[in-house]
Amino acid sequence: MTTALRRYPVLIALVLAALFMVVPFLIVAVNAVKSPAEYSANGPLSLPEGLYLDGIKDFWERVDFGQKLVNSVLISGSVAALAVVLSVLNAYAIGIGRIRGRTWVLAFFVLANMLPQEALVYPVYYLSKEAGLYDTRLSVIIVFTVIQAAFGTYLLSSVLGQFPREIIEAARIDGANKWQVLWRIVVPVSRPTLGVLLVFFFIWTWNEFLLPLVMLISNDNQTVSVALGVLQGQRLMDATMTNAAALLGVLPALVFFLAFQRTLTRGIAVGAVK
Amino acid sequence: MTVTVERTGGRGRGRVVNSTRRQGSSGHRRDSYTLFLLPGAVAFLAVIVVPFLMNTGVSFTDWRGVGSPEWSGLANYRALLDDSEFWTSFRHSLFMVVAMAAVPTAVGLVLAAALFDYVGKRFGSRWAAVLRACFYLPQVLPIAVAGIVWSWILAPDNGSLNEVLKAVGLGSWQQDWLGDPDIALYSVMGVMVWVQLGFPLVVFMAGLQRVDPQLYEAAELDGAGWWRRFRHITVPQIRPEIYVVLTWCTIAALKVFGAVYVLTKGGPGGATNVPSYFSFTTFFEKTQVGYGAAVSTVLTVIILAVSLIGLKVQTRAEDAEDAPTGVRT
Repeated sequence: MTTALRRYPVLIALVLAALFMVVPFLIVAVNAVKSPAEYSANGPLSLPEGLYLDGIKDFWERVDFGQKLVNSVLISGSVAALAVVLSVLNAYAIGIGRIRGRTWVLAFFVLANMLPQEALVYPVYYLSKEAGLYDTRLSVIIVFTVIQAAFGTYLLSSVLGQFPREIIEAARIDGANKWQVLWRIVVPVSRPTLGVLLVFFFIWTWNEFLLPLVMLISNDNQTVSVALGVLQGQRLMDATMTNAAALLGVLPALVFFLAFQRTLTRGIAVGAVK
Repeated sequence: MTVTVERTGGRGRGRVVNSTRRQGSSGHRRDSYTLFLLPGAVAFLAVIVVPFLMNTGVSFTDWRGVGSPEWSGLANYRALLDDSEFWTSFRHSLFMVVAMAAVPTAVGLVLAAALFDYVGKRFGSRWAAVLRACFYLPQVLPIAVAGIVWSWILAPDNGSLNEVLKAVGLGSWQQDWLGDPDIALYSVMGVMVWVQLGFPLVVFMAGLQRVDPQLYEAAELDGAGWWRRFRHITVPQIRPEIYVVLTWCTIAALKVFGAVYVLTKGGPGGATNVPSYFSFTTFFEKTQVGYGAAVSTVLTVIILAVSLIGLKVQTRAEDAEDAPTGVRT
């Protein structure tokens, strides 16, 4: 160990730093399987004596976690699919159609993307009440489809702006109309980028907090994020419940992470520098 | 991707040219693409433009969410100037910019260079990828869940951090990390560094992949140490990424809401209040909608200013890079 320390000091430091990043996850996992008695006797740092799953089970039933998962999947899935479609339509007009005034249209989408949700939240809350959509999952789906599509349009417009024009010309000469060119050529060729967007939209929507917190007040409609955040905010949970909550919140994120790790890291590279 | 492109292209060219159709539609060809923008335009009008204009309009009124708003001109903005809670929340925003933009960018740069240049080359890209994944992990976590995890770790009684301190004999360092008004803001900042660090790291590592390895080899032959290579090659080469990351992270820091809501609810006694949480409570707890709208409008103006400055710096850097200044090594 000491020779390793002397030979690879930088590597050891990096591994320790990485460990520090992961430690909170480990502590949560360790404590979620402890019984309340064991937790209060041994504190948070001891290893669990056995596998105590009742805490997780109780918490699951108490907050109807299955329903929350369904809501989150439904909302995030719909938003991801719809926002990709909307982004493709917008970007097709801007990037390939090169419509007049496209610089301004694009600037508009960039601005829409930067806008803080705080500047939209009250009117959205008010208007959805007027429209009878308040406290429905549909309202959140509509709002986030548009918000995510602002980013998607911005990104896809520059990607489609570099689309090889000969292909489109050739298809047009063959008699394909714009609609057919879009679905039969542009979309299939851009599939890798669309896949990245789909994954990103899904995870971003899954993690959203402010708007779902305001819009979804009834238990049956809440997402995982909102349900856990509200419970924590009310300070009603004991230590074991908090652990169960944290573990159940962490698990889906871990699943996405493991499933999409490559897409995520590659996608950020696409998004950051055009 | 290129393979698909060529294949589709080849098939297209092989067919017979249909010239009549081409002539028929060429007159309107350019503008009929506008139709594709229609669904987007309607959706953006309903969800972004109208609510934003409403919010801005309401900020000039006295409105409590029911009845009709009463025009009050600049009264809300004048009241903001004298509102110490408002100024405090914006001062905390600066702390958040340090925690979410400055520190993660600086640390992310050093980590990215170390992982790419040292670990990746000496121990293989596998090691670098695994370590990178560890640093990126908090980024996929919903902020509400990250808040739960940390508020439990930082709890005063039986919290893991205090237990660790006791175990290593630093019991006197134990604190009520989120409950002490003098410390709470720094605790939240620490959590935000943990949350944010993975983003710059991943972007910088991706950026480093397009740096010509010959630059490093040449510098190494000239006897440049790690630190000099970092300063004279790594940083200048990925400057575009640095600007993008700084702009994005600064905006994210100005918008921070979920973490504050879950960790401290702006407390204790407003010690961790931030503009977005301030506007949220003004809207939905105090129901002073006009006043809350004014707060969020100020926040919007600041965020747009930051975005414009970021964009400007970025394009200027790109222009400077295009100019033939020669390669500095």
